[in-house]
Amino acid sequence: MYIVVVGGGKVGYYLTKELLEQGHEALVIERNAERADQIVEELGNVALKGDGCEVATLQEAGVGRSDVLVAVTGDDEDNLVSCQLAKNHFGVPRTIARVNNPKNEHIFRLLGIDVTVSATTILMSMIEHEMPRRALLHLLAIQRMGVEIVEAILNPGAPAIGRSIGDLRLPSESSIAAVIRNGAFLIPSGQLVLQEGDEVIAMCKPQQEVDLRTALLGTA
Amino acid sequence: MAGESQGDDPTIGGRKIEEMKIIVMGCSRVGSRLANTLDAEGHQVTVIDRNIASFRRLREGFSGTTVLGTGIDEDVLRRAGVEEADVFVATTEGDNRNLMSAQIAQRVFNVPMVIARTYDPGRSEIYEKLGLKTYCPTLVGAQLLHEMILRKE
Repeated sequence: MYIVVVGGGKVGYYLTKELLEQGHEALVIERNAERADQIVEELGNVALKGDGCEVATLQEAGVGRSDVLVAVTGDDEDNLVSCQLAKNHFGVPRTIARVNNPKNEHIFRLLGIDVTVSATTILMSMIEHEMPRRALLHLLAIQRMGVEIVEAILNPGAPAIGRSIGDLRLPSESSIAAVIRNGAFLIPSGQLVLQEGDEVIAMCKPQQEVDLRTALLGTA
Repeated sequence: MAGESQGDDPTIGGRKIEEMKIIVMGCSRVGSRLANTLDAEGHQVTVIDRNIASFRRLREGFSGTTVLGTGIDEDVLRRAGVEEADVFVATTEGDNRNLMSAQIAQRVFNVPMVIARTYDPGRSEIYEKLGLKTYCPTLVGAQLLHEMILRKE
């Protein structure tokens, strides 16, 4: 594949390097001449000096024959314009943009960008995964069926501890799919008594999430 | 105020506009001048700029609102009242910032009239094709100079 990378900062540099190592044809467009020279010195003749938001530069880079354009500068507006020019003017089949403000993810998609990547969003979800919580963790949403698969960890004080699954007052449209105890999978029969530290995996309709959380973990 | 009408009356979507809610992004020389004129004409003007010092360009007695922040952030646009705006004009020094904020105003908040200043004629032309109204000082300036030169002869 031929991949054009816009922005030769750290992300752009390592991305280009990886792509080349995997045998792809890659070119990075970098505005700063010094930085572009440095990339050429380290990776070979794969950097183009210029503004990746200008039609002439994109033309010179041969964006028209590229399979993917990835815009990874530190500025959302530059990444958006690069991708839009690639998509609308050069007909690039797939455009990927790095997004700094997580709220721009939905805006970019609305404006025709195929894929957005936000480090902030990824880090937030990592942190949420690590926090001792009274919240349900979203594992998967099956949009077609309007069902969510969530996980609850029974930390000390959770009302479900010491009760059997049959005794729990779960919302009508929810069910417990599995219990993980000390890394082992347990079948969630009605008699199974929940213990502290259990990870409870459940399915529910989105509108019943609050009731499910209350039944398992108590009020937030 | 009807004011000095210069040919066509200002209307949006067929309705005659006397007092419009106008957001000007970028309190640059052009932006501030536009904001001052519109304010003097009695429109409700909100100016957005990410540098607080830029607001000193606004005239004494400016009755509009100033919002500190960048117009490519939808929260900032909301604070500036984009949901009720009749007009959004992006006049910062950055073409891409203007193009992005104008598209947010147009596509996310459905502002009826949106204009983005774009110095680069190439980008200007492409975004016009995508349905965005742009104003390109480079083209207008070059054309004007050309006419001035020819007239002199």
